[in-house]
Amino acid sequence: MGYFLQQLVNGLELGSLYALVALGYTLIYGILELLNFAHGDVFMVGAFLAAGAAAALVHNEVAAIPGGFVVVLMLLVAMGGAGVLGVAIERVAYRPLRNANRLAPLITAIGVSLLLENAVFVWVSPAPVLVPTNALVSQGIIQAGSVATPLTGLVLFAGSLALMIALDLFVFRTRFGSAMRATAQDREAATFMGIDVDRVIMVTFFLASALAGLGGVLFGLRYASVDFFMGYGLGIKAFTAAVIGGIGNIRGAMVGGLLLGVLESLSGGFISTQFQDTFVFLALIAVLLLRPQGLLGQPVTDRA
Amino acid sequence: MRYGAVPALRELSIEIRAGEIVCLLGGNASGKSTTMKTVIGSVRPAKGSVWYEGQDITNWNTSRRVASGIAIVPEARRIFPRLTVLENLMMGAFIRNDRAEIDRDLEGVLEMFPRLRERRTQKGGTMSGGEQQMLAMARALMSRPRFLCMDEPSMGLAPVLVEQQFETIQRLNATGITIFVVEQNATMALGIANRGYVLQSGRVVLAGTAASLLKNPQMQRAYLGM
Repeated sequence: MGYFLQQLVNGLELGSLYALVALGYTLIYGILELLNFAHGDVFMVGAFLAAGAAAALVHNEVAAIPGGFVVVLMLLVAMGGAGVLGVAIERVAYRPLRNANRLAPLITAIGVSLLLENAVFVWVSPAPVLVPTNALVSQGIIQAGSVATPLTGLVLFAGSLALMIALDLFVFRTRFGSAMRATAQDREAATFMGIDVDRVIMVTFFLASALAGLGGVLFGLRYASVDFFMGYGLGIKAFTAAVIGGIGNIRGAMVGGLLLGVLESLSGGFISTQFQDTFVFLALIAVLLLRPQGLLGQPVTDRA
Repeated sequence: MRYGAVPALRELSIEIRAGEIVCLLGGNASGKSTTMKTVIGSVRPAKGSVWYEGQDITNWNTSRRVASGIAIVPEARRIFPRLTVLENLMMGAFIRNDRAEIDRDLEGVLEMFPRLRERRTQKGGTMSGGEQQMLAMARALMSRPRFLCMDEPSMGLAPVLVEQQFETIQRLNATGITIFVVEQNATMALGIANRGYVLQSGRVVLAGTAASLLKNPQMQRAYLGM
């Protein structure tokens, strides 16, 4: 039982990271019907920005200013930087193709992904970069019965959850959020309301990318190492989570991410770590066969 | 207003005076919807210009046009299917910031369409065609328009609803809203309009007062089924 709970906790930590990145896929798909395959790499760039900010302020394991402030700076730099990167990618790579054949932006997205990975590989570091977490956050372990997790794991889970709730409130409770949903449902009709659709799309890219940047910070704090290829595997997992939850559906991405993390952790813990990804993608196939619109997705027949 | 050559339209000149109901008639692919899109600004004319309240608005984007009092009830209604009725209505008021007045107008349209009040928390896409038409109209009114464009308001509606629809248009016109209605149902449209234009292949082939068009033999043969 203790082992099961431990795996469950590990899975929820990992799953909250998947969920954060999955939200970005789903937000952008929801509004443009575009699979933004560069999104995992925006997460990676966010993680590097955070690692860079930490490296600038921490020397020989000693932070120049209190660790908490360094973390706040890492959040600002990574979330802001990733957000601006996302907006720039949309402006330069996707907007010119908005009325093109749907295959064109998809291939462009793969191109942007390769570009980001290789740019970081060549200009930043081909080897993993360490994040000096010792100097930044308490390395304490939380123990509850037989279940133990580092404090950073709890921060990862709580931080993700808090931002997901904030995003949900923004999209479902504010006027701009309604405009985002309206744009997602019928872009031309949204312009008839006087909604500036370009601005809505820009804000959507900023939010999606900033969440990925947050994921990058939390990843670095929890796992203490970042590398140029980290966005690829995590991006695919997060995309899978978004599809399982119902792509385009915000709550679906959260549920899909958490489920996927738990499934991966449990199958790794109880069956085989080598085959844990197999189970993840088997789950995807099962969902696509039994409920192709995803767990929380609506069937696409309700367009008036 | 004048429009120039959008690919679907050629040398089209239409004028609508404040307070009028003007209808634009014509068959499929005659350029009616393109005309409407040129007015609201989702299509820009290659040549020619669009004037509104004494200003050249040809280069204005749709937001600016909506903010200055132009609204559209689009063809096929185009309500937001997964927003609630209330959310749909609030989208109509997106460009406004006068909270208290928005609430008053909301009360007004719910008064006018009691069915929408009953269904206010329901998703737009779950309503019947007639209810969606009411919602599309109410949503357009939420921007407090002075000039309302309606693209095929009778499309897909049962005859009794079409009649209600045209009565509503007359009521709105009586409150001072200028109305531009694009229709295939020429008899109904001319029944309420002051004047009408007939489009064919992107050109105006007939124009005049509603009464004169109803009596025009060419018109009777081609569009009124007489």
